Amino acid sequence: MFGVNETQTVDYSQEYYSLEDYQSSTPRWCSGCGDNAILTAVQRLCRDEQIPPEKAVFVSGIGCSSRFPHYMGTYGFHSLHGRALPIAQGVKLRRPDLKVFVNMGDGDCCSIGTAHWIHAIRYNMNMTAIVHDNEIYGMTKKQASPTTPMGIVTNTTPKGTYMEPLNMLSATLGISNVSFVANAVEWIPEVLYEVIRQAYLHQGFSFVRVVQRCPHFLPNIFDPFLRNPDAIQILTNPGATPMSDSLKSVYKNVVENNPADINQARELSMQKDVMPVGILYQATGVPCYDELRRAPRVVSMEMRKKALEDQFNRFAVNAG
Amino acid sequence: MTTTVKETGTLNGFDSTTRSIVSLTDTVVEIVSDAGEGAQKAGQSFATISAKMGNGIWTVEIIPADIQPPPRNAAGASGIRIRVGSKSVTNMGDKIDLIVAFNEQSLLGRLAQANFDPNCRIILENKWRTHPDPSIVEDYTKVYDQLVEEGYNVYEIPLEELCAEHVSNPKLGKNMYVLGMLCYLYSRDLGLAEKQVAEAFRHKSQKIIDNNLILLNAGYTWAQGNLDFRYDIPALDSDVDRIVTNGNQALALGIMASGMEMCAMYPITPATSVSHFLAEVFENVGGMVHQSEDEIAACAVAIGSSYAGKCAVTVTSGPGMSLKTELLGLATMAEIPLVLVNVQRGGPSTGLPTKVEQGDLLATIFSTHGDAPKVVMAAATIEDCFYSILTARKLAETFRMPVMVLSDANLATGQQPYPRPVFSQDWVAPPIDQRPLAEGSIPYDWDPRTGLSKRIIPGQKGGTFTVTGLAHTPDGKVAYGPMENQKSMEYRSRKLAALQQSLKTPEVTGDEEGDLLVLGWGSTKGAIDEAVARLRKEGLSVSSLHLRFLQPMASGIGDIMKRFKRVISVELNYADEPDGDIITEENRRYSNLALLLRARYLVDVQTFGTVFGQPLRPRVVEERIRQELAKINVTA
Ligand SMILES: Cc1ncc(C[n+]2csc(CCOP(=O)(O)OP(=O)(O)O)c2C)c(N)n1
Ligand code: SF4
Ligand SMILES: [Mg+2]
Repeated sequence: MFGVNETQTVDYSQEYYSLEDYQSSTPRWCSGCGDNAILTAVQRLCRDEQIPPEKAVFVSGIGCSSRFPHYMGTYGFHSLHGRALPIAQGVKLRRPDLKVFVNMGDGDCCSIGTAHWIHAIRYNMNMTAIVHDNEIYGMTKKQASPTTPMGIVTNTTPKGTYMEPLNMLSATLGISNVSFVANAVEWIPEVLYEVIRQAYLHQGFSFVRVVQRCPHFLPNIFDPFLRNPDAIQILTNPGATPMSDSLKSVYKNVVENNPADINQARELSMQKDVMPVGILYQATGVPCYDELRRAPRVVSMEMRKKALEDQFNRFAVNAG
Repeated sequence: MTTTVKETGTLNGFDSTTRSIVSLTDTVVEIVSDAGEGAQKAGQSFATISAKMGNGIWTVEIIPADIQPPPRNAAGASGIRIRVGSKSVTNMGDKIDLIVAFNEQSLLGRLAQANFDPNCRIILENKWRTHPDPSIVEDYTKVYDQLVEEGYNVYEIPLEELCAEHVSNPKLGKNMYVLGMLCYLYSRDLGLAEKQVAEAFRHKSQKIIDNNLILLNAGYTWAQGNLDFRYDIPALDSDVDRIVTNGNQALALGIMASGMEMCAMYPITPATSVSHFLAEVFENVGGMVHQSEDEIAACAVAIGSSYAGKCAVTVTSGPGMSLKTELLGLATMAEIPLVLVNVQRGGPSTGLPTKVEQGDLLATIFSTHGDAPKVVMAAATIEDCFYSILTARKLAETFRMPVMVLSDANLATGQQPYPRPVFSQDWVAPPIDQRPLAEGSIPYDWDPRTGLSKRIIPGQKGGTFTVTGLAHTPDGKVAYGPMENQKSMEYRSRKLAALQQSLKTPEVTGDEEGDLLVLGWGSTKGAIDEAVARLRKEGLSVSSLHLRFLQPMASGIGDIMKRFKRVISVELNYADEPDGDIITEENRRYSNLALLLRARYLVDVQTFGTVFGQPLRPRVVEERIRQELAKINVTA
């Protein structure tokens, strides 16, 4: 075996990782920024699942949200605008032992990285992708994103945006091999945590959109949902942790969803005025490209030599 | 030099006792046809058989840009050129000595583009003479008459009709019949030819293989009984085992041998066949070929894999190269090893997709925004394609930076024999140390002199950090201070200086000083060397120097140039000729290497840059050298 030996094991059983093990420098997001809540939920998940920090890699693109890996005490890769997914795929394809997470902004995933997003769904590799959807470009100071609602004034659309926003949930649900699609809002930490937990436990590619407040540029945009809990439609499913009593007392619009039903998932995703929160769709047994392409065996130096000599023989001209 | 021996025996009523075998030391054969008629398969097989007999060979595929250009079309001609010699052959040569054409229009295409020897023999399918369409008959007779008038030896033969005697669909088998004819005409070993046909059709059914063997033998026998000339090209005995591959196969073998475990790509001519070959065999050494959704993703996947400790390569050509550039900057900034192979074609834009050009040198060196030092190497021969990859992987990992290997369309499909590589464990990098890291380990522990630092790989305990494309400090944190950026840029740049100090000065071919020095890089080496050798035999004072490392450049190149009265670079990329309309010294654009050399060494490097989409012919270089020499004598 050459290069990195992923079968090399270290005995972690003696160690217990606490929340601090997953923390790094203090986040530099604006106060009130929804990215903070996502960070907290993910750090909690890592602690609860006792993921060895060196075995987790958080790959991100560029944007406010893509600063995420810097604040994790794990490995991280803060890459290029739009390119987080293929970089994460490169990691996962050759290092199945690593737990791979991807953090993207809405522009990152659904504008500049659109091709990779569509194909990542189809590859269905084992990783968890989180889109921090603040419906705006934060980092570059308030330009329209593909998910900005119609009519919103931004620095590039002083007369308001011209088009209906892109619905990343229904779009994702239309791609072959889709195996996990969920929606969360960062201001309901209980559901956010539960959604991310199920996404992490899912076999295959889990796509989680998290609606994220950007108080700096769009302070009121999610008010209809914040002011009216009935506009939030909580999806429960048989496998999920039951809702807490306090959650039940605020959110009354609860729908029992069968995550195996893609048509229902598509319908839920297409609703106007009401936002589904929870797991829309989950399929088991969808082939994962990273598993299909896994090296079948460890290659010894002898095997390597033989494989090469076989090819040289094919092209051989012997001395004479 | 030719010698003649008598052959004995009478065959098929043709009196072969009167025929002599003419011994050649060097000859050029072409086969041209409509696309899809198998001329390339026949020609590549002919070349391989010759190589297996110990001859030097060089092949150039004549590829139309469209998959199915209109039939009988001069511009859509498809085919192959094979140069065979007693000794090693390093380029496509000058003049065609024999050409087989499946129709007269393809032949016209070659008459317009290639040089025919005045004694060229032309073997021409004559079914067009009796074609039901009178305009085709007219075209055919017109071309035929023209060729005869120009004094060529034209052999009209009913190729398809002859094939029909043996198989039900003669259209598909003509190429193997022609291969059989050529094997007879050039005294090739029929046993070797049969093996080669079986290899060429190895993915096909036994029935198809058998049919092709029948045609091969039939062509051989027919030529024996019906043609009045025969050659031999004796091979000089070689005491080393060799392999015959084209450049893309050599690249693929290099990737296999290097221990890299990921080749991420997106199809693009002329690079794609690297991945075709590799896809069949890479898994045997634990590697994988991944076809991404685009070149950006391919480069990103390679970077992800390399970052995770499994060194990766991405293989592409011009347009794909352009798409990857932002990621190249990331690999440079984050110091992630990466091997990128660019099999160059004509540019810019979609350019000449199937044709040769060396237009990407500057684009490769300077490809991304900001100062992004990276290593750039160019393969000069097909053998180089193999070894460059081994070197590239080592450099990428040692220096933690992208290493770019340039090849081109000429090397990609050209075949050449070279010494069989002898397997060495050193080809494969030793396993990366994955043990837990000592406390205080940091990801960019830059050595202040060389800029080198030790890599930390995800999975390593005690090493958690975040890679970033932002300017960063030695511990991988986003850099906010001005000195931090200045320093880290300096370290990344120092790595090139450190590598430069270990490079050997390239060797001059010919005298170390004299009148004219010809500089080149990449696939033009063979043609330049041959031209220089011919002129040196005449007593002219000319030498050549070929560069394999273009960034950094080895020491001593400036000193070598200064020992010559005049220096010229010969390249297959665009340059203004100094006497062009409205061209002055202030607006004249130099070809890629010339510009680099002028900037670095302050030497008045002249330039001969052409973009005909054709490999360089020695005769063309020869003529230019004579002109340059004449200029020295005038100024002296
Ligand atoms: C190739 C490229 N184009 C543009 C940019 C500038 N840019 C940086 S972040 C960004 C958009 C950020 O929006 P989003 O992805 O939604 O992330 P957010 O900041 O909102 O979290 C843009 C356009 C860039 N870094 N790279
Ligand atoms: S600009 Fe918006 S998204 Fe960015 S950190 Fe501030 S609040 Fe968060
Ligand atoms: Mg955003």
